[in-house]
Amino acid sequence: MTAPLTLYGDPSARSSLARGETLLKVSDVSLSFGGVKAITKVSFDIRKGEIRAIIGPNGAGKTSMLNVINGFYHPQQGEISYRGAARARMKPYQAASQGIARTFQNVALFKGMSALDNIMVGRTLKMKRGLFWQMLRKGPAMDEEVAHRRVVEDIIDFLQIEAIRKTPVGKLPYGLQKRVELGRALAMEPELLLLDEPMAGMNLEEKEDMCRYILDLNSQFGVTIALIEHDIGVVMDLSDRVVVLEYGHKIADGVPDEVKADPRVIDAYLGVAH
Amino acid sequence: MAQASDHAHADTFPKLLAEHARLRPTRPAMRHKDLGIWRTWSWAEAQAEVRAYAAGLSDLGLKRGDHVAVVGANRPWLYWTILAAQWLGAIPVPVYADSVAEEMAYVLDHAEASFAVAQDQEQVDKLLSIREKTPRLRTILYDEPRGLRDYDHTHLHAVAGVVERGRERLKDPDFARWIEAERLAGGPDDISIMLYTSGTTGRSKGVMLTAGGCIAAARDTVAFDKLTDQDELLAYLPLAWVGDHYMNYAQALVAGFCVACPESAETVEIDLREIGPTYYFAPPRVFENLLTRILIRMEDASKLKRRMFHHYLEVARRWGEKILNGEEVPFGARLSYKLGNIFVYGPLKNVLGFSRIRTAYTAGEAIGPELFSFYRALGMNLKQLYGQTEAFLFVTAHKDGHVGAKTVGPPLPNVEIRLSDAGEVLYKSPGQFVGYFKEPEKTVETMTEDGFVRTGDAGFFDAKGELNIIDRAKDVGKLRSGELFAPKYIENRLKFFAHIKEAVAFGQDRDHATAMINIDMSAVGDWAERRGIAYASYQELAARPEVYELIAGHVAEANRGLSEEPRMAAAQVKRFVILHKELDADDGEMTRTQKVRRGFIAERYAPIITALYDGSDLVDVSTEVTFEDGRKGVISGRLRVEEAKTHAPAHAGAAGARKEAA
Repeated sequence: MTAPLTLYGDPSARSSLARGETLLKVSDVSLSFGGVKAITKVSFDIRKGEIRAIIGPNGAGKTSMLNVINGFYHPQQGEISYRGAARARMKPYQAASQGIARTFQNVALFKGMSALDNIMVGRTLKMKRGLFWQMLRKGPAMDEEVAHRRVVEDIIDFLQIEAIRKTPVGKLPYGLQKRVELGRALAMEPELLLLDEPMAGMNLEEKEDMCRYILDLNSQFGVTIALIEHDIGVVMDLSDRVVVLEYGHKIADGVPDEVKADPRVIDAYLGVAH
Repeated sequence: MAQASDHAHADTFPKLLAEHARLRPTRPAMRHKDLGIWRTWSWAEAQAEVRAYAAGLSDLGLKRGDHVAVVGANRPWLYWTILAAQWLGAIPVPVYADSVAEEMAYVLDHAEASFAVAQDQEQVDKLLSIREKTPRLRTILYDEPRGLRDYDHTHLHAVAGVVERGRERLKDPDFARWIEAERLAGGPDDISIMLYTSGTTGRSKGVMLTAGGCIAAARDTVAFDKLTDQDELLAYLPLAWVGDHYMNYAQALVAGFCVACPESAETVEIDLREIGPTYYFAPPRVFENLLTRILIRMEDASKLKRRMFHHYLEVARRWGEKILNGEEVPFGARLSYKLGNIFVYGPLKNVLGFSRIRTAYTAGEAIGPELFSFYRALGMNLKQLYGQTEAFLFVTAHKDGHVGAKTVGPPLPNVEIRLSDAGEVLYKSPGQFVGYFKEPEKTVETMTEDGFVRTGDAGFFDAKGELNIIDRAKDVGKLRSGELFAPKYIENRLKFFAHIKEAVAFGQDRDHATAMINIDMSAVGDWAERRGIAYASYQELAARPEVYELIAGHVAEANRGLSEEPRMAAAQVKRFVILHKELDADDGEMTRTQKVRRGFIAERYAPIITALYDGSDLVDVSTEVTFEDGRKGVISGRLRVEEAKTHAPAHAGAAGARKEAA
């Protein structure tokens, strides 16, 4: 799509990464709220090291799918296995401790806290010392904080948000808030990163930056990424494989070129004009 | 405190580095904020790094006479690239990091660079994308490895790796002796650096400066401003610009002061506050933006703070400059100013990072008298200098205590200035260039027969012997009536208003002067917000009738100012238009140093110019714009042409002035 992506933009160049073992497997999952069926018997898998996109028109069940994966919703039927272990019901914090991090469609940060503090929050699970030690400004808790701060500074450097380190996130423009949110998810050093519309509401330049971050995360840090995105150009350039949902059903699954050519996808999502 | 004379015999920068490592090994030489922490290198450490770097570069095949392009922002390793290259007798060529690939290709190719050192992936990508146009470029180095891991590393090296390789090689005593000999082999007549001009007038030219000339010039100015190794500077100007090379490199290496590199371009303000430099340079634009932002923020402050701010600002306006200049001031005023310093000026300067500033300079454009006085009134020793790349910056500068907004000061020590018959400023200075690279005919054009350099600027000396610059000599034209028309002078008058960001004046061989105006998005945006005027884009805001009214008021005010000056009174702005887009260097409308390219603009917006003169009220335009990623789009719209109020000349001297101008 865009010039800065050309270095990595060709998914075949990265296909070796995507040939990894299955990291997460969703089998026959159904989810309903009362009479409304959000997801109906959907199965797909996410392989280690790939960028997996979930696309579909509004109300297709994409965000519900992410919520199921990170344990926020519990499907009525079906099974999810993560790292080979099937799991029945899981709480979001259990998902987090197992290495699943996510960002939200609507930014969910602590508006009054600085960007730095927000990202530090992402380290909470990794902090070992209790309240007592943390109240002292000396000793093991302090050493621990310094070590965590170092990790957070690496993330700040990676996301190029040095200038807003100390700015309360509520004062930041939307694009930067999204970046801080990504930073917080990264602070967990996740194995699987779920991104819910990471580029919604961004301008072209912000989108390109975000693409670069996602690709760098994947190629340099080996983070597996599952993302929901509406910008088809971005999805096709970015992802190794795409799963397409419509009204809670899976209608296609495969590499971007296959999906793009699938007549059902064209009808349902891309529209007849394409 | 060591003085510059401690190392009077050092005649190249690498030799100066060795002297500082010997004289003040533990004093800080370089700082860089990385991962949120300031890292500091002492002179001894800096010399060790540069030595290893030079060793590594020679191992990669860099040798005497090679040209090394330096592409990136202010980073220790890029400054040290310049030192390491000079150590080996190679010639560094800093390149504007924000230039688009095509411009960069031209400079790299013209400079015959065989090595390039880039800051990061972005710059490496740019260099790789122009490889076909720069066949001589063999080797690329990079400072920040992020994102570059999977690149083909046959001709690509990390600076850290090269330095490591150099360290290994230096364990061989023969090689270490050879490296030391290489440093001593350099002399004052060597070309020390090649700086490309910003290209205000056509293609950029490679200005060759010698080591001896650079050091002599820097010694004069270090003494002039009494800079010592206790000073500290934040390096944030483009590496390729002569001012950056002058202050952060030449003066730093002569005086031995510490240069701090900011974390990134966006954090400069924060870093400025943390470092608190004692010596500072900023173009008028930066001071203007700061002031605009202060005033906007004060509008939102509580009533008490606002009143306090305005009260003490008035005190400062009346007495501040006098106190700074050491004039006699009544005791009451002094006391009031002291209180102001506690309540307003001190905290304000602290927020801006200006608390410790001893000397600050501005140059490049005329600075508005009010703007200039504002900072001086706060107690900041802000001065102006006049210079150019060919002179290795300084030609004139204000002396402490003798400072005026309209002048650029007297010639510096060892600088000779002469005015040609046409009023062009000619100079001879210790740091002056030896020629343009590969363009001897242009060098000849620029020099007079007796060795003076033509600046291309028109100016005059006032009664106190201070130089006043009017405009580019070739831009100073005449209206059809024969009256003087100095476009830049008019533009500056307009730009002194915070709401006007950029102005381009026309009038050569016309009946009257006209102008195209760019509004300042933040200032006018804020103004509109307070009045409940809705807008969605620059284009929409610029077209609002209320904004036209606001700008018309400013133009009328500027005209009043012009009417008071006999030589300029005829060239008042009769009609103007507010442009639908901001002038941008990416579209070729401005130079990389943010100067308007009048000729290019006149061509590009020919329909507007026609409308400015044929009396029509509306004009349709569509303009191609280039986005940051290089793609193009079209902005089109209908612009209104407005009449502005003009004033009768205040003095009856217009006729006399005409004679003078002729």
